[in-house]
Amino acid sequence: MTLTYTKKVLDLLRNPKNMGQIIKPDGVAVVGNRVCGDVMKLYLRIGRRRRAIDGKEEEYVKNIKFQTLGCPAAIATSSILTEIAKGKTLTRALKISNREIVEELDGLPRTKLHCSVLAAEALKKAIRNYQGNEK
Amino acid sequence: MKVYLDNAATTPVDPEVLAVMMPFFKEKFGNPSSVHYQGQEAKIALDRARVEVADFFRVEPEEIIFTSGATESVNLAHKGLIETFQKSRVPACQAEKPHIVTTSIEHKAVLETCRHLEKLGWAEVTYLPVDRFGLVRAEAVERAIKPNTVLISVMYVNNEVGTIQPIKKIGDFVKKINLSRPASGAPRIFFHTDATQAIQYLNCDVSELGIDLLSLTGHKFYAPKGVGLLLVKSGISLVRQQDGGGQDHGRRAGTENVAFIAGLAEALKQRAAGKEQEAKRVKELRDRLAEGILKKISGVVLTGHPEKRAPHIASFTIRGVEGEAVLMYLADEGIAASSGSACAAGDLNPSHVLLAMGVKPELAHGSLRFSLGKKTTIREIDYVLSVLPEIVVKLRKMAPK
Ligand SMILES: Cc1ncc(COP(=O)(O)O)c(C=O)c1O
Ligand code: FES
Repeated sequence: MTLTYTKKVLDLLRNPKNMGQIIKPDGVAVVGNRVCGDVMKLYLRIGRRRRAIDGKEEEYVKNIKFQTLGCPAAIATSSILTEIAKGKTLTRALKISNREIVEELDGLPRTKLHCSVLAAEALKKAIRNYQGNEK
Repeated sequence: MKVYLDNAATTPVDPEVLAVMMPFFKEKFGNPSSVHYQGQEAKIALDRARVEVADFFRVEPEEIIFTSGATESVNLAHKGLIETFQKSRVPACQAEKPHIVTTSIEHKAVLETCRHLEKLGWAEVTYLPVDRFGLVRAEAVERAIKPNTVLISVMYVNNEVGTIQPIKKIGDFVKKINLSRPASGAPRIFFHTDATQAIQYLNCDVSELGIDLLSLTGHKFYAPKGVGLLLVKSGISLVRQQDGGGQDHGRRAGTENVAFIAGLAEALKQRAAGKEQEAKRVKELRDRLAEGILKKISGVVLTGHPEKRAPHIASFTIRGVEGEAVLMYLADEGIAASSGSACAAGDLNPSHVLLAMGVKPELAHGSLRFSLGKKTTIREIDYVLSVLPEIVVKLRKMAPK
């Protein structure tokens, strides 16, 4: 069965953004979907910058790449996730929800909502992987 | 280029078939049960269709029941037969519960019907395993027979991988076993086959094959969707599953779908003419496609039996890609195919057929099926061979190593 996807999903499937690897990443995560067998891998490069308002140093997602073996929804959610996360502080990036991802895609078929959960989970795991490495 | 390679899912209605159907929507609109002119006109058409269909299978016209498709036929065959035994059974006497032997790779129409009968407590069912080619061994079917076995239901051709089951072998031993069963007081065994994917290409002489009941649906061979039939050899009593009027000799109530039945008969007639040449033509194209894919793409396995397979089905697993994603990329190139991947299924379970064949879920993830039809050309096959390898390369590049 081929489901009805939004134009956003189809565009990202055809031309995924930030697809590939980061050599020696600061954070990395692999998540798999037990339900359907998809695998998603995220690579993070973390940067530091000073906040404009108070000059405090903060960490942010300087670069992010993904590799996904999965359905069109899994590929599109990974791709949009990297676009949402790029440039965000880690504090903000940790708050990216699957709902935010779905909204950015203009919606997903109901049976494909779990693919967006997978993407959100992958980012959290990659950031925690970075934070764990730091300690 | 638009290339339709999903003929095992459905086919378009033949122009000739449509032409035969058209009068029954307007001028010849009568109800075959009416005694007046219009009714009799419809009745004549219905009777003629029944004779034509019976000729295709070399059976008597009374042995054909028209239905809404294979799903209904399968339901009527299994439930109708088991209910006959249920009626004569002493309640709560487990030993007398009739037994069905079937396979784990049947279409859901058969599997779910059997599960329903189990749930009602009306039958016990053995789901036989298959080998890695999707083949059930005739000997295994024979060994599964018990004193209370009343029905053996084995599909002729599997719709996902095209494997042809040993129908004649099964039919032969069922005939033989039935000769000795009355002496031991055991009930006669009936042999049902879901022949949906076999009709247009394989031998469908039911007497020669030893088939008692056969189900099919019209839309796989250029008749419309929503019409099919159940062939029931005479002397088999089924409790009808749709109650109402006395149509079809009291075996299936409801005003007959005259136009669609006429279309079904015409489509069968068309398929019978030149059956062997068409099977050969389609097989050559299929082999070209399969060989090309196996040669051009690494990590590909042909699923189903290498020789014992219906001519129209080429099915594969492709390592390192997901089937639905492949389908979407193929669709961008104008190509329609199908996949048994969990993601493509919508219910998120990989194909039960591939799993039963021992294909690992990760590999079933990358399953792809092309099914050819009478309009398939060599140009179309070569076009698929020119675009599929790049699609696989692109998707593999996206995947984690
Ligand atoms: C082998 C087989 N059996 C049964 C069916 C069910 O046919 P229908 O949905 O027309 O009842 C199909 C087609 O989907 C099939 O391929
Ligand atoms: S992740 Fe398999 S359905 Fe999308």
